[in-house]
Amino acid sequence: MVERTVRIGSTHGLHARPAKLFTQAAAASGASVTIRKGGGAPVNAASILAVIAQGIDHGDEVTITVDGGDEHAVLDQLVELLSTDHDE
Amino acid sequence: MMEITGTGIGQGVAVGRVVRMADRLPDPVDRPSHLDPERETERAKGSLSVVAAELARRGAQAGGAAKDVLEAQAMMAEDPSVVDEITKLLATGKTAERAVYEAFAAYRDLLASMGGYMGERAADLDDISQRVVAHLLKLPAPGVPDPGHPFVLVARDLAPADTAMLDLDQVLGLVTVDGGPTSHTAILAREKSIVAVVGAADAATLADGDTVIVDAANDLVIAQPTPEQVADAEARIAERAALEAAPVTPGALADGTPVPLLANLGSADGAAEALKLGAEGVGLFRTEFLFLDADTAPSVREQQEHYTRLLAAFAGRKVVVRVLDAGADKPLSFLNDAPEENPALGLRGIRALRHSEVILREQLTALAAADAATDAELWVMAPMIATVEETRYFTALAKELGIRVAGVMVETPSAALVADRVLAATDFASIGTNDLTQYTMAADRLLGTVAKLQDPWHPAVLRLISEVGAAGAELGKPVGICGEAAADPLLAVVLVGLGATSLSMSPSALADVRASLARFGQDDAKALARAALAAEGAAEAKQAAQAAASEISTTRAAAS
Repeated sequence: MVERTVRIGSTHGLHARPAKLFTQAAAASGASVTIRKGGGAPVNAASILAVIAQGIDHGDEVTITVDGGDEHAVLDQLVELLSTDHDE
Repeated sequence: MMEITGTGIGQGVAVGRVVRMADRLPDPVDRPSHLDPERETERAKGSLSVVAAELARRGAQAGGAAKDVLEAQAMMAEDPSVVDEITKLLATGKTAERAVYEAFAAYRDLLASMGGYMGERAADLDDISQRVVAHLLKLPAPGVPDPGHPFVLVARDLAPADTAMLDLDQVLGLVTVDGGPTSHTAILAREKSIVAVVGAADAATLADGDTVIVDAANDLVIAQPTPEQVADAEARIAERAALEAAPVTPGALADGTPVPLLANLGSADGAAEALKLGAEGVGLFRTEFLFLDADTAPSVREQQEHYTRLLAAFAGRKVVVRVLDAGADKPLSFLNDAPEENPALGLRGIRALRHSEVILREQLTALAAADAATDAELWVMAPMIATVEETRYFTALAKELGIRVAGVMVETPSAALVADRVLAATDFASIGTNDLTQYTMAADRLLGTVAKLQDPWHPAVLRLISEVGAAGAELGKPVGICGEAAADPLLAVVLVGLGATSLSMSPSALADVRASLARFGQDDAKALARAALAAEGAAEAKQAAQAAASEISTTRAAAS
């Protein structure tokens, strides 16, 4: 299992389109992925409802964990997604 | 061929296939399932995936921003957290319908409590939940349908939320089983120029896929039309499209007599749209919205800002503002909160304002200040005038507070019958045909059961309008029309024949009325008016005017 903490790059946070892109990528990775905001409880990153219900805003720090499959590659890809601004 | 009658909104015609709007489903009952949880889980997952695929398909078809929204909805339909929750609920012996409903409701409540963007997604979850439950029950999906091709929407009636969602590129026409000409649906259809027939009770028998002609001009829906009828309707659609594409010119009769065409507006927000559609000014600006939902009257400054915004949009043009028209039928707590047995006959309009004169004084002061700050030509009028004495009172007060042109609305038979004396005491008159019809026919305009009597074509109503028109001509004072009657293209010609000097209407009606006026000269308009006045009832008056109009067209065609 690998984990990394990243700051959200999207202007409007992890809502709408960015949340959809992130959840799609997490689900497609084949690995078991969780996301947690600050010191909160981790939730299934493949669940768009669980992700948007975290109320993650621009600049918030979130921690991603990836378990199984090509862990490092998946983690790199997801971190890249989260730190990009998709709301331009 | 089958004809279904209703009330047509506007003058349009549409041909298309019927898609019925399903009613909203009731919440599934919480009862033990007679299937085992594994079987219920299969059912739930099957329906979830069908709905997700359908949403994704619609997204791919829509493209753009809608694609992202619908794809996100598709993901929510198969969200692993929801599926886990549903599986847990099913293990306790619930039905798939109930488990789906409860699982989505739990997330809906969570998101709703977060407000903002998340709150908006709550409504999406309701929609997804309804779709899945409908699929489980083998029922059509609720809400405004989206068959993926243009269609005629047939519904019992539409909720405001549904009408807001209508895709005007897809909805060719609208038919409702319930609802009258003043229903929410009718108002929206008029505003958005949707071809609509409302209150068509027999439309309940129409089935998905039926081809129908929605003929709003003739208050008809034709089911199983003949090929000739379809060809005729398509010719009319093409003719109207050409009309709308025609350049916007000032309103005038065929002989060049100008008849300014003005807009009825309820707030300054509609100004740009009205100008685009060719409004030459505003014939009725309602000020009630500034006062509604208020415990106290808005300040002079607040009012002045709004009036200035309105007048600035119509620089160099005429804007007729009606002072606050409130009463027990449109109650405002600070004006009159005493319940009345007969609100339409109670302390309303100028009567209520006189009772609370400070509100009237403040409104006139704000209007005069806005007029001084802008280049529009401001006229101000008082509603619900019944006597010459009230006319004098309002005109004097308005002038005292700096209003340059003050007039009155003619909405009561009494004001119409003594119109010569009313007009002698003020600058202009504007006839509110909705109220004038209600009071002449003694038929409540909000009551569906007497809706048939609420017809401005009635010769009694036309006779009163002719009194006002004659008095205006005699004294050289303007007589405008600012009710729904002015939006009826043929009646508009009759009204001009009766002496109306300007017509004010919903901006969406301007093009039809402009085209209709251009077909008739002043003598023609008078001939139409005479024919209508001599009829015995509303329907006969309309027929007589139609006959006179087609005779004029035929004679003219033969001569050319």
